[in-house]
Amino acid sequence: MSKMVLELTIEEKKMLKGKQGKATRKAMEIVVALGEIYGAKRLIPVSSVQIAGVSYDNLGEAGLEYLNEMAEDGQTRVLTTLNPAGMDMVEWKKHGISEDFAENQQRVVDAFEKMGVVTTCTCTPYLMGNLPHYGEHIAWAESSAVCFANSVIGAYTNREGGPSALAAALTGVTAEYGFHLDENRVAQVKYDVLADLMSTDEFGLLGQIIGNRTGKQIPYITGIGNATTDELKSFCASVATYGGIAIFHMEKVTPNRTPIPEKTEIVTEEDLNKARAELDDKEANIDFISVGCPHASIKEIAKIVDMLKGKKVTEGKTVWITTAKPTKDLAIKMGYYDQIEKAGAYLVADACCAVAPLKGRFTGLMTDSAKACYYARGKNKFKTEIRTVEECIKEAVS
Amino acid sequence: MQGRKIFKGKVVGEALVTGEDISFYGGCDPETGEIVEKGHHLEGKSIAGKILVFPSGKGSTVGSYVLYALKKAEKAPLAIVNKIMDPVVAVGCIISEIPAVDQIEIERITTGQKIEVDADNGVVTLIV
Repeated sequence: MSKMVLELTIEEKKMLKGKQGKATRKAMEIVVALGEIYGAKRLIPVSSVQIAGVSYDNLGEAGLEYLNEMAEDGQTRVLTTLNPAGMDMVEWKKHGISEDFAENQQRVVDAFEKMGVVTTCTCTPYLMGNLPHYGEHIAWAESSAVCFANSVIGAYTNREGGPSALAAALTGVTAEYGFHLDENRVAQVKYDVLADLMSTDEFGLLGQIIGNRTGKQIPYITGIGNATTDELKSFCASVATYGGIAIFHMEKVTPNRTPIPEKTEIVTEEDLNKARAELDDKEANIDFISVGCPHASIKEIAKIVDMLKGKKVTEGKTVWITTAKPTKDLAIKMGYYDQIEKAGAYLVADACCAVAPLKGRFTGLMTDSAKACYYARGKNKFKTEIRTVEECIKEAVS
Repeated sequence: MQGRKIFKGKVVGEALVTGEDISFYGGCDPETGEIVEKGHHLEGKSIAGKILVFPSGKGSTVGSYVLYALKKAEKAPLAIVNKIMDPVVAVGCIISEIPAVDQIEIERITTGQKIEVDADNGVVTLIV
């Protein structure tokens, strides 16, 4: 019999015995089992949770049933937010979502709300008040946000799945293994970037290149002179999608300290062009333009409003600018929402083009997001083109 | 054979064995329990009511919910025996209360064989 090294506190043992209810017991069983599988010595408190597996399109009826079972007596112990749902929870009808889907999606969100989850559905919780600080231990599931938290902020999280993130929320703890330990966060390969990156789409392409090359090896990236938060979130989404990594180090941009690896690779302008060519399908007939993967910040929305001034979206084309609900509310207050919708585009909250039930509705997607291209192709069978936000908007009104 | 308990329970049943990893999300029909992954060794076979023996899990974290769906549809495997337990399968077994054991030499088990899984003690026994 393998030796159990995981030690539990009295409080944790009580949870495991069901002294704090059924859902807490189930949640603690999950946390403990993962701890034992990965040889954790103890559980550690987490201060923030981000749950994935929210769209009814992915969860299905069984997933919803599980959530309802947990919601019978489960309550979150720490700040917990949600990943995007399959639709804008308010304006779904206008975006062509069916009544059936809407009803089921609402039931999913209701179950989370009953457990005390803050039901803002966004992949950028760090823009919406779920912002850990450097060195803080958290349990997040959205892969792009995991990458952002570990790398850009310097917080500590593993790539959780939906049920394990919920388990951390209901117990307030996670097992100490993987990226919670400094020794597993050391850079393994150096990437010298010999190209000037100017925009979110190019940072997405860099993420695609490094993700594809590095697999699960932790990159140390040099040569990035300057990166905005919006560009970093695009890079995080892409590198996590194509590589499955949870952390990177970017010289002079990110805060973690690590020895610099000897093994070095270079990324050139030509690599970027090749990456772009890979995401550009030849006979893409663009009828869908989506910007906001990860969710657009208020700054990005303001820029789009400028680009749309005096323009009108061409008939036969649909434009989604996806964002978090609090950002949409701010955009309403600033008058951005009215200007976007007047131009014939949609400002869609809570959802995105990767998790909404869009299969069969469009044939060609233009976006500035390399991650959006991946899901559009795999899940929805759309053809794709990746361009700057400016070019996306130009295509929409041409 | 001595392995490690992942989720408790004790059952006797017929083994369904594969040397290939299984992705439950996309790879297994949550309503019928049939393996649907193209080209998989078990493609077209149902895992319902069997003691499912495979090396490890792979694929999306939504796979945990597929095991739960199988349980609700009464199409879940009776127990799961792995070489190395993947967290997605582990979480799936816990939420669906499917007995599970890992660190087992699965090469010694053959399809159709009657076996006992005593997950409480992490033991798998071949019943000739």
